[in-house]
Amino acid sequence: MRYALRRLGFFVVTLWIALTLNFLLPRLMPGNPALAMLSKFHGELSPKAVNALEILFGVNTKESLLSQYFGYLHQILTGNFGTSLSQYPAPVSSVIGSAIWWTLGLVGIATFLAFVLGTGLGIVSAWRRGSKLDSVVPPTFVIVSAIPYFWIAMVLVLIFGLTLHWFPSQGGYYVTTDTPGLNFTFFQDVLNHAFLPAVSLLIATIGTWILTMRNTMITTLAEDYVRMARAKGLPNRRIMLDYAARNAILPNLTGFAMSLGFVVSGAILIEYVFNYPGVGFMLLQAVSSEDYPLMQGLFLLITVAVLFAILVADVLTALLDPRTRTAS
Amino acid sequence: MAMPVSGVPTETPATQVPELGSARALGRIGRAVRLSRKATIGAVLLAIFILIALFPGVIAHDSPTQDAYAPQLGISTAHLLGTNHYGQDLFAQLVYGTRNVLIIAFVVGLATTTIAVLIGVAAAYLGGLADSSLNVVTDVLLVIPLFPLLIVIAAYAHGGTTLVLIAAITVTSWSYTARQLRSQALTLRNRDFLEAARVRGERPLYIILVELIPTMTSLLVAAFLTNALYAVLFASSLQFIGLGDPNTVSWGTTLYWAENNAALQTGEPLWAIAPGFLIATLGAAFALLNYAFDEIGNPALRPVRKVRKKKGNEERAG
Repeated sequence: MRYALRRLGFFVVTLWIALTLNFLLPRLMPGNPALAMLSKFHGELSPKAVNALEILFGVNTKESLLSQYFGYLHQILTGNFGTSLSQYPAPVSSVIGSAIWWTLGLVGIATFLAFVLGTGLGIVSAWRRGSKLDSVVPPTFVIVSAIPYFWIAMVLVLIFGLTLHWFPSQGGYYVTTDTPGLNFTFFQDVLNHAFLPAVSLLIATIGTWILTMRNTMITTLAEDYVRMARAKGLPNRRIMLDYAARNAILPNLTGFAMSLGFVVSGAILIEYVFNYPGVGFMLLQAVSSEDYPLMQGLFLLITVAVLFAILVADVLTALLDPRTRTAS
Repeated sequence: MAMPVSGVPTETPATQVPELGSARALGRIGRAVRLSRKATIGAVLLAIFILIALFPGVIAHDSPTQDAYAPQLGISTAHLLGTNHYGQDLFAQLVYGTRNVLIIAFVVGLATTTIAVLIGVAAAYLGGLADSSLNVVTDVLLVIPLFPLLIVIAAYAHGGTTLVLIAAITVTSWSYTARQLRSQALTLRNRDFLEAARVRGERPLYIILVELIPTMTSLLVAAFLTNALYAVLFASSLQFIGLGDPNTVSWGTTLYWAENNAALQTGEPLWAIAPGFLIATLGAAFALLNYAFDEIGNPALRPVRKVRKKKGNEERAG
């Protein structure tokens, strides 16, 4: 319990620092970039929207930095992220809401599959140490882990999208012929469009799971309780899964949390290559159209999502591993 | 900044001391690179890239930026990779672009490792309040998603010149190494040889620089390689999405222009695929070297040799 509380405390502190970064960055940059943005959109905004943006970015106020800071915190904590400039007058929160499900679905499924498949391959690879599988798989994925995510996406687009025409390679569904709704054709269309981005993400991330799992499992295989299980004459399958893998999977769970930031980052680039209508693609669009409120909102959302996932993984580790509960 | 011209990228840590321990550690690393096939491949690849970056004019005879030729020429002996939409020679562009990527990789790799040494070792050695406060900073940076943060920084900076990219990546990505070095230093803190130095009356700075850091040489080299790899990936990604300086000659910028002209969709796939391939190859060089160092640092991971039947006997430090 105390462990969970401490992790919760860390979550709050990190969140607060991320918020503060968001507050400080535009103010620290030479020639407050928000000023240029505001003057660019000036005639098109209502006075109320301008006022809210001025609080967010600290433009045209004579308030001290500290009172600006509290005004900003108040706005964010009450859920007011300002107005999107590129999709005026929609508030940032509703613009983000339209994109978030695409990313959650894509990243969620791809990450889950990568975790399950990667951990499985890691287990087998460590168990059959020195076999053909084990001599091929780890080095292959060491190399794959160095490949930029977007390049994997590009190659898949080129081969399966543009050359073979097996899968669509742009967008989340056929915007012209299909209307979003709860029907089978739309569902199928979405799956079709999600296939290549999901596979890109899967290829890019699976290596981490394989390597972490394999390396920890090799260490557990040398433990005495594994030897004991062998001496008892237990079936190999049972030793592999219940004795070695079960104890080796914990670092993979923690690693899961740690690498989530990378997965999200990679998803941004993959969405960009596929023009996939998720939050990553939206973030880059917000950057190129200088829609800073939307950009800040998305950065906060991504950060909160990652921090929350880490919190969940931490608590999960504590539940599964008694040592973390007692260790200070 | 000096790049090693020799084949083996034995980047010495910033606080290199001509100590016996450190020299021996470097010798051991050099031998390990020769012995491990993964490390040899990585070292050779890296050496080739360094040579290209140093002497691009010897390999490519065209200008990387001039629109000197007809657009969209195919592959020929005059244009090994053809020309792009603007009539630039793609091969020359990629050859000249090597330097930018390598500068970013080496500078960021060295700078982040140095910062990590300072913060990690200081935290471990000083202990107490300094340790806990440095720890909080490290932990927070460790979990904030870096790439979105870099995007936000680069967006406010209105596109990053190489210098901005280097600074932004360095400031945000030292935390993992600092964490590693801290725990390593913690395990060493109460060892006898450090105690002896303290009894001799050496100053803390001397102990850290001359006694403590040389024992961590292989860890530092591994950290440098990891950081260089991430610098390559981050910087190229930022340049790719248009947050670098579009006039820089580098692989990421080439990708940016290719994406801008929908190179994949308009029948110029090489324009987009080739620079990405080079980024992946350079990344692989760093990753292979790093993997080999992992095996040096953790003997349990070394490939099993010959005898395989003897199960349960894993301690063949081979």
